[in-house]
Amino acid sequence: MSESLKLLLKIIMTSVLVNNYVLNKFLGICPFLGVSKKFDQASGMGIAVIFVMLLATAVTWPIQHFLLDRFELGYLQTIVFILVIAALVQFVEIALKKYIPALHKSLGVYLPLITTNCAVLGVTINNITDGYNFLQSMVSSLGVGLGFLLAMVLFAGVRGRMEEADPPKAFRGVPITLVAASIVSLAFYGFGGIISGIFGE
Amino acid sequence: MKKAKILLNGLIKENPVLVLVLGTCPTLAMSVNVINAVAMGLAATAVLICSNSVISLLRKVIPDTVRIPCYIVVIAGFVTLVQMLMEAYLPELYDMLGVYLALIVVNCIILGRAEMFANKHNVLESALDGLGMGLGFTLALICMATIREVFGNGTFANIAIPFLQDHKVSVLTAPPGGFLVFGCLIALVAFITRGKAPQRESFDCEGCPSASFCRRDTAATEFGHAECAAAQAEQSTVKEGKEDE
Repeated sequence: MSESLKLLLKIIMTSVLVNNYVLNKFLGICPFLGVSKKFDQASGMGIAVIFVMLLATAVTWPIQHFLLDRFELGYLQTIVFILVIAALVQFVEIALKKYIPALHKSLGVYLPLITTNCAVLGVTINNITDGYNFLQSMVSSLGVGLGFLLAMVLFAGVRGRMEEADPPKAFRGVPITLVAASIVSLAFYGFGGIISGIFGE
Repeated sequence: MKKAKILLNGLIKENPVLVLVLGTCPTLAMSVNVINAVAMGLAATAVLICSNSVISLLRKVIPDTVRIPCYIVVIAGFVTLVQMLMEAYLPELYDMLGVYLALIVVNCIILGRAEMFANKHNVLESALDGLGMGLGFTLALICMATIREVFGNGTFANIAIPFLQDHKVSVLTAPPGGFLVFGCLIALVAFITRGKAPQRESFDCEGCPSASFCRRDTAATEFGHAECAAAQAEQSTVKEGKEDE
């Protein structure tokens, strides 16, 4: 029992700090650089991503195991997953708009942006490739989402400061943002040994 | 003449990675090693040529309102084809590219070219545009991978370079190095072209292929597209007015 709990803890720690999707695996870079100008937008986007990742995993894991594997349709994974995620996001947006308008107002605007986010598709495929069971997949998605939120919020702070800086002309805009991302990524690089340190492997 | 221009457009003037800043994820992830970079670039090029041609053929059949899902289906189909071919004939590369091969589906360049070019032009032009953009993507990937592999790992395409082998800057092969090299390369291109190329000032919705898709309603106001939202509101009131009459 404690063994499996330890494994879940390890999965979540790894995906938040060490294998951070944005800063380490380069997935979901577009929203990371695009929506991190203001703190409230960054946190809203982060929460929406967590929500969609959990939902997408909850749907795609059973599809993979009960439909695709069972009928030997594994090669359809890419097509099925992207369509399911796209349809799901649209559906959730419509449902939120109709039934929980308050939540839609704060979260819904970010949902269409996430449809073609590679981090969401990436996490669902990685969960299958890593051979996680349903619970582990959900925990891993939660961890990845939290890692995304953390990176977004930290980077929003960095960019707030950067607005006041005066870089060389060629570096203005995208390049300086990427250099700043490099430094934030360097900070996360330092977490490299933390998992083996805590869990002793 | 015009056709050659379409082809060259993607290579240099509107290089998808270094000028339009699309497809950042695979560029950063697959530029540690030159061999990976070439494989990724060519895989994306193949998908881009095929999807551009097919979408161009279907441009009069696909209804405007559901075009993005249609494009995604076409692109996902070709990505699956490439995946299956690579798994069968190049299993080593297939393992190295891993999840990033499947993620060609959500590569902004491919959806972007479908939205910006293929649905407005004929098949030959679209295929040429796909080839040009794909080669531009490959070229940018090779540039980045060369810098990162030569200085970060002291090798080029896995062949050891004598002096650099002993003086590695290993942070370049690590994730932070990826962001740094990418940022500096974009700055270099901006410096060389100096305003001649259509530069992207920031990562706003312009230039993002899903912009027209997600701008529909509230997203527009939230992300600063006030004018766009105002125009939409105006349109809808005009429509309502007509219905009232």
